[in-house]
Amino acid sequence: MKKEILYSIKSPYREPLDIIGFRFGSGSPALAVVGAMRGNEVQQMYVCAKLVRELKKLEKKRGIVPGKEILVIPCVNYYSMNIGKRFWTMDNTDINRMFPGYDLGETTQRIADGVFSQIKNFEYGIQMASFYQQGDFLPHVKMMKTDFAEQELMSLFGMRYGIVRTPRPYDTTTLNFNWQIWETKAFSVYTNATDVIDESSADDAVTAILRFMTRAGIITGKIHPGYCTEIIPESGIEQIRTESAGIFRSMTHVGTHVEENDILGKILDPLDCEENSYIRASAAGVVFFEFNKPLIDENTVCFKLIKD
Amino acid sequence: MVTTVTQASLAVNEKLTIRKNRIKNGSGKKRLCLVTGIHGDELEGQYLAYLVGKKLNDSIGCLDGTVDIYPALNPLGIDSITRGIPKFDLDMNRVFPGSKDGTLTESVCGAIIDDISGADICVDVHSSNIYLKELPQIRISVPTAKTLVPYAKMMNVDFIWVHDAATVLESTLAHTLNSRGTKTLVVEMGVGMRITEEYCFQLYEGVFNLLKELGMWSGETKPVREPVISLNRSVGFVNSDAAGVFVPCRRFGDNVKKGEHIGDVLDPLTSTVAAQINAVCDGMIFTLREYPIVFGGSLLARILQPENAEEGGEAL
Repeated sequence: MKKEILYSIKSPYREPLDIIGFRFGSGSPALAVVGAMRGNEVQQMYVCAKLVRELKKLEKKRGIVPGKEILVIPCVNYYSMNIGKRFWTMDNTDINRMFPGYDLGETTQRIADGVFSQIKNFEYGIQMASFYQQGDFLPHVKMMKTDFAEQELMSLFGMRYGIVRTPRPYDTTTLNFNWQIWETKAFSVYTNATDVIDESSADDAVTAILRFMTRAGIITGKIHPGYCTEIIPESGIEQIRTESAGIFRSMTHVGTHVEENDILGKILDPLDCEENSYIRASAAGVVFFEFNKPLIDENTVCFKLIKD
Repeated sequence: MVTTVTQASLAVNEKLTIRKNRIKNGSGKKRLCLVTGIHGDELEGQYLAYLVGKKLNDSIGCLDGTVDIYPALNPLGIDSITRGIPKFDLDMNRVFPGSKDGTLTESVCGAIIDDISGADICVDVHSSNIYLKELPQIRISVPTAKTLVPYAKMMNVDFIWVHDAATVLESTLAHTLNSRGTKTLVVEMGVGMRITEEYCFQLYEGVFNLLKELGMWSGETKPVREPVISLNRSVGFVNSDAAGVFVPCRRFGDNVKKGEHIGDVLDPLTSTVAAQINAVCDGMIFTLREYPIVFGGSLLARILQPENAEEGGEAL
């Protein structure tokens, strides 16, 4: 294992931001894994850190296939993490909206370029991603729908669901999208936490990545097969929105199977606790997303269902 | 008359309300929309909205048609000094066209688009951000230049920047309206979190000149300035390679020569100059950094090169 500084940028008064990478094996660039690019992505960094620990053990046991190189970058943006900000410390820009980056551009464009220049030639790429929506998700793997990579590759992770996203204009500056443009088969892996650590979900993610690496011929070893992944388009996920605002009380959990018209939650008046409305399942299916904050606005997505 | 464009309930005892002031007179059917406040930290448009509305109210007999003034498309952001939409951490100008059936933010954006669509012209006023100060300018993407440049020239700005459209700009208010046939001009002027009175008055004259050219205003107007247009020119970007405190030694609107000293990045801890900043090309400084703290990569200035001089800049 080689621990190295992949890119460094100076600040007026803080120590330099040194983006650290862990390299395992040598030979053709097989897999790059990128963790936290936002300051709140603690779980994403943690998954990568655990993966580094597992790969260290594996390397000692000669479990990395000769001629294959793996690069893990647990945290791109610890500057923001250390001061409790989500986006870039100075101008609040999102590094994951700056790819492929520009070495003569703005600060976050330079950071994106510094990272991307190190990871763009890998055969596979995995980003530990997070959502902007506040809530709990079923862990899953996602791919952008481009002409480049086959969506069936997602089944190598053995996660329960593989989601196919049709890129929207604002996706074109993300790492995942640009990886595919540069012909890296790119995946986003989602656990069910972001700014807190969920140990069990982190372990599941590490196992899924190791399973993928085994099946892709990058490492050797035995690992349980996981799920037979169901691959579905993101547009096929049923979204349920609130009809009123107030205090949100969920009455179900992610992963639960519900029938059409089942009560999933309710909205209470925040000042007198009267029940403003009930939220019902619009179809039978599995609860894929559940809003998890106590206060909710009108017309907010509070549940998502993967329909039967 | 102040009316509600759209409304949505927030969690506790409050509604998010987007409002406009419709000022109407005569039998003319033309409509101009003046919109601002998509970014909650951009305030130049606030004073402009006041000035335009006051003049119309004071001289209503000179108006023939409808002027709709939307001073705050992102009221939660303006009231909390937040550039994006508070709580969601979203840039509202990346959510258009929105959707009636979408989330709260998407449905608000969708309602705004529906309300403005069909106007004869829309002026969307921005103020750069808190980091950069801009000469009053109108930004137009190449595909809409033929239609919009004649109107932009009526607006009394110093500069019309015709630039290549990045894909991400498809989610803006202006792109959405232009693609639906409502001509929309994007104004950038001044700096975030501040009001530059001089620039607001400059654009105020431009708005009334535009109204007059559209046949909607019979009151007095002043001659407008001839803007520099970026077609056949290049823009030089001056980014810092050092971190520290930027202090410029040239001013806005100055004409500089390639290699000329325009500022320094200083290290106050050691009292040394971390980097001397020089112009990357000949031309006029139309953007200058206002917020002094810089990292490697921070934009310090933009320089508009003379006609047909492309060396050292980005061709337009």
